[in-house]
Amino acid sequence: MNKIAATVDNFGRAILENIEEMGRILILFLSVLAWMARPPLKLRLIFKQMEFVGVKSIFVVVLTGTFTGMVMALQGYYGFRMFNAESLVGSTVALGMTRELGPVLTALMVTARAGSAMAAELGTMRVTEQIDALYVMAANPVKHLIVPRVIAGVIMLPALTIVSDFMGILGGYFVGVPVLGINSGAFINNINKLVDLGDIYNGLIKAAFFGLILSVVGCYKGFNTTGGAEGVGKATTEAVVLAAISILISDYFLTAIMF
Amino acid sequence: MFLTRNTQPVTRKYMIKLVDIHKSFGQQKVLDGLNLDIEDGKTTVIIGGSGGGKSVLLKHIIGLLKPDSGQVFVDDIDIASLNDKGLNEVRKKFGMLFQEAALFDSMNVMGNVAFPLREHTRKKEKEIREIVRERLKAVGLLGVENKMPSELSGGMRKRVGLARAIAMHPQIVLFDEPTTGLDPVMTEAINELIVETQKNFDLTCVVISHDVQSIFTVGHKIAMLYKGRIIEYGTPEKIKMSSNPVLRQFLSGSLEGPISVI
Ligand SMILES: Nc1ncnc2c1ncn2[C@@H]1O[C@H](COP(=O)(O)OP(=O)(O)OP(=O)(O)O)[C@@H](O)[C@H]1O
Ligand SMILES: [Mg+2]
Repeated sequence: MNKIAATVDNFGRAILENIEEMGRILILFLSVLAWMARPPLKLRLIFKQMEFVGVKSIFVVVLTGTFTGMVMALQGYYGFRMFNAESLVGSTVALGMTRELGPVLTALMVTARAGSAMAAELGTMRVTEQIDALYVMAANPVKHLIVPRVIAGVIMLPALTIVSDFMGILGGYFVGVPVLGINSGAFINNINKLVDLGDIYNGLIKAAFFGLILSVVGCYKGFNTTGGAEGVGKATTEAVVLAAISILISDYFLTAIMF
Repeated sequence: MFLTRNTQPVTRKYMIKLVDIHKSFGQQKVLDGLNLDIEDGKTTVIIGGSGGGKSVLLKHIIGLLKPDSGQVFVDDIDIASLNDKGLNEVRKKFGMLFQEAALFDSMNVMGNVAFPLREHTRKKEKEIREIVRERLKAVGLLGVENKMPSELSGGMRKRVGLARAIAMHPQIVLFDEPTTGLDPVMTEAINELIVETQKNFDLTCVVISHDVQSIFTVGHKIAMLYKGRIIEYGTPEKIKMSSNPVLRQFLSGSLEGPISVI
C-alpha cells in the first residue's frame, strides 16, 4: 500500500517538475523576445552563430537529405509497382521531403550538432563563472548569449531545410530514374502536379519552429547548468533528448494544424 | 559612467555595508549573521580559511548571490531592493576579478579586456585598444593581446582578469585572490599595482587573500572571516597585535589552535 502511494507520489512529482520546467523555458523564451525587441542587436554574434548553426551543418544535411530521398524512392517503388503506379514515386518523395522529412530530419541533425553544442558552451560558461562575469560587467547574458543563438536557429533551419528538400528530391530522382527505370518525364510531371508551394512553405514554417525549439532548449539547459564538468555533460544530453522529443511531438500538432 | 563620482563632498565613510547577512546552501550554513563595513576609498582585505565563505561574501556585495536574510548596501542603496536595471547601474561602479579569472573563452585577451569598454563607453576602437594595451602593460602582459585564454597559464589568466577588472577604472574593485598562483616577484608586482591603482584613482577595494605578506602590503583594513562571521576587524597594526587565537593561528599557519583542519 505504501509502495503504491510512493509510486503515485513520485509520478506526480515528476509531472509537476516537467510542467515547472516548461514554464521556465517559456519564461526564457519571453525574455529572449523582450531582448530582441531592444536594439542594438549584436550582429557580429548573430552572424557567428548563423555560421555555426547553418553553414557548418550543410554537409550533414546534404548527406541525410540525399540518402533519405534515395531510400524513399526505393521503398516507394516496390509499393507502387504493385499497382503499376511507379511514376508516383517522384511526388511521394517530394511530398514526404517537403512536408515532413526535410524539416524533421534537418532539425534532429542540427539538434545533435548545434543544440548540444549550445548547451555545452553555455553550461561551461556557467560553471566557470563566465556568465557571472557578464552579470558583473552589467551585460545581460540573455542578450549576449541566447538571443544570437535563437535568431540563428530560427533563420538557418528553414534555409537548411530547403537544402535538404532539394537534395532529397535529387536523390530520389537518381534512384528512381536511372536505377529503377521510371520515366523521367512522368517522375517530374507528377511532382509538378501534386506538390504545390504550400507544402514547401508549411515545411519551412515547421523548420523555423523547430529551430526555435532546439535553440531555446539548448540554451535553457546550458544556462541552468550546475555541478561542474559532469553537470555540463548532463545538460548536453538532456538538451538533445528534450529538444528531439519536443520537435517530434510538436511536429504532430503543427501538421494537424497546417495540412 | 566612466569615473563618475558624486559631486557633493564625500562625508559618508562607508561605501559598502553588510548587515546581518545569513546565507545557506542546503543544510550548509556559510554566512551566519555577518556584519561588515567597507570604507570608502580604502582597501579592505578579507582573510579566512579555505571554504570559509569569502568568495560567497564577495558575490553578495555585487548581487550575484542574494542573502537569505540581511541587507547589502552599496553607496547607501539596498541592492536587494533593486530590479535588474537598477542592479546594472550599481554594477557599473564595480570591477571584479574572479577567483578562477572567468575569462570569456570565446574571445582573445584583447576582446576580454576591451569587453567592458566596448559595452559601456562610446570610445573609438583605436582608443579602446590603446587602453587595453596600457592595462596589459600594467599587469606585465604586453604582447599577448591575440592569445586565447586557453593558451595562457593560470597566473597569466589571473592577470588578464585583473586587467579586465580595472579596465574602466571603476569606483569599487573586488579582487578574489589576485595573487594566488603567482610567483613571489609577480605577487609583489601585482600588490604594487593594486596599491598604486587604488591610490591614484581613489578606489574602494575589497581584496580576498591568503598570502600573509600581501595582506599587510595592500590592506588599510583587515577583516577575518570565521564560521560565517567577521571575528576581527582593524588596521594592519591592530591585527598584528591581536590576541585572538583564531587570528594568531591563521597568521602563523600553525596546526595548533581553534581552527581544526581535519
Ligand atoms: N553555488 C554554491 N552552491 C552550493 N554551495 C556553495 C556554492 N558556492 C559556495 N558554496 C559552498 O560555500 C562554502 C564557501 O565557499 P567559498 O567559495 O566562499 O569559500 P572561500 O572562502 O572562497 O574558499 P577558498 O579560499 O578556497 O576560495 C563552501 O563550502 C562551498 O562548498
Ligand atoms: Mg574563494
